[in-house]
Amino acid sequence: MSVIYTLWLRELKRHLRSRSRIVGSLGRPMLFLIVLGFGLGPVFARAGAGNYFQFLVPGVICMEILFTAVFSGVQVIWDRQFGFLKITLVAPVSRFEIMLGKTFGGATVAAIQGFIIFLISLIVGFRIQNLALLPLALVFIFLIAILFTALGITIASLLEDAQGFHLIMNFLVMPLFFLSGALFPLSEIPKILLIIVSINPLSYGVDGLRGTLINDAYFGLTVDLLVLSVVTGLFLLIGSYLFSKIQI
Amino acid sequence: MSTDKTIIEVTNLTKKFKDFTAVDNISFTVKRGEIFAFLGPNGAGKSTTIKMLTTLLLPTKGKMSLDGHDPILEQFTVRRSLGVVFQDPSLDDELTAYENMGFHGMLYKVPRDLRRTRIEKLLKFVELWERKDNLVKTFSGGMKRRLEIARGFLHHPKIFFLDEPTLGLDPQTRNHIWNYIKNLNQSEKITIFFTTHYMEEAERVAQKIAIIDQGKIIAQGTVTDLKNKTQSSTLEETFLKLTGKKIREEKADGVEKMRTRRRVWRRR
Ligand SMILES: Nc1ncnc2c1ncn2[C@@H]1O[C@H](COP(=O)(O)OP(=O)(O)OP(=O)(O)O)[C@@H](O)[C@H]1O
Ligand SMILES: [Mg+2]
Repeated sequence: MSVIYTLWLRELKRHLRSRSRIVGSLGRPMLFLIVLGFGLGPVFARAGAGNYFQFLVPGVICMEILFTAVFSGVQVIWDRQFGFLKITLVAPVSRFEIMLGKTFGGATVAAIQGFIIFLISLIVGFRIQNLALLPLALVFIFLIAILFTALGITIASLLEDAQGFHLIMNFLVMPLFFLSGALFPLSEIPKILLIIVSINPLSYGVDGLRGTLINDAYFGLTVDLLVLSVVTGLFLLIGSYLFSKIQI
Repeated sequence: MSTDKTIIEVTNLTKKFKDFTAVDNISFTVKRGEIFAFLGPNGAGKSTTIKMLTTLLLPTKGKMSLDGHDPILEQFTVRRSLGVVFQDPSLDDELTAYENMGFHGMLYKVPRDLRRTRIEKLLKFVELWERKDNLVKTFSGGMKRRLEIARGFLHHPKIFFLDEPTLGLDPQTRNHIWNYIKNLNQSEKITIFFTTHYMEEAERVAQKIAIIDQGKIIAQGTVTDLKNKTQSSTLEETFLKLTGKKIREEKADGVEKMRTRRRVWRRR
């Protein structure tokens, strides 16, 4: 337990200390929120689809969580050859604890970032439908954060060096985001696209947040919660297995 | 067989990376409380050997015993008794000196009060107590190395591995560092296993030396033994006679590429 806490605390301290990173990573989601939210809003409304800004906020929160989470997980690539990780690997603690500590640390950081986006959205005019569902929304935020941090660590455990990093960002994280329904409603998209979206775990995060925040779930909250929990558990298992096999 | 006087025993240890043999069937022993130098040209297999001994890499073949325990089968027991300073810096730059020490103590489950007193003592010892609340990224290379050494001693290891502890440091700092290490070796009876490319350093502090080249141990013994055997006046001469004057063509492996790339990344 104390090991998990130690590593969690370290991630948090590092994050809270780097103001520039906190603010910097808010740039992209803010751009989406403002440009798309207000730019596409009128078109969306004219199509009779309601308020696009309201619709977009949960998607953009997910975007921030996704990017921060994968990024902090993938940091393990650097950490494993250099830095702290190597010294933790020769300490008398289990790899599983190290992996959990790093995952929860990275996930907490990602969740904080997502929450900041949520707060900013509230200031810019976002309105929650049902306050009673807010705790559940936080659960979704944490689940998404844990899932994608674990995914990041899984990938990092598979990569030999940092070369693959941009590849991951462009060919995994971007598609995950765009094919998650974060930007568009799922009710009228082509069948083939819907299938792709349905096998993307992020879609269930987006949907869960949309369900809890603006009461507009496509798959339904139960399905969302179930899928996310199972996939999160799965990635934690795979991630810690691969992580335990890392050789330096 | 391993007697009580032997603390490290390595038998026919081999490590292959795909079809490349980095460590080739080496055997040696280190006595309890000894200062042991592991010398060799670039790419000889020193770091690879240390990684196997410290449980980070699995050997392809061979046996190891550290204080009577097998680092493969009894990882936890072995890890508890080791202190390590790696060739590459392994501090957390974004944390303070004190926090780096604190985290280490927590990982090794050093009780809180003991942790505090030891951290204070060690940081004073390496003359970093005044800077304890500064972020490590503001430290010079020598300060970082001193901090890593202090950190390695925090849990009172039985064996201390130091992979080029004085690399890139000025003579004053190197001198200092060796004084700390020798001091701790004597006062705490800690066995020291180190590598270096500074021959006069090894000559001065090591009680026993093994020279490895292209994965094979080509000579071992006391400094005097080796000098006599090769009829040299300095260890440097011995080393050059044994390993030749040719510069090693080292293939740039993953680590080397990472080192370069990391420098680029950090500059962002
Ligand atoms: N993970 C790896 N994969 C492939 N080759 C490796 C790996 N690690 C080390 N090597 C190779 O094994 C050889 C020994 O490397 P090692 O790092 O042990 O040398 P060293 O004696 O520590 O050298 P130096 O003095 O330069 O630190 C080198 O040729 C290196 O390229
Ligand atoms: Mg080396």
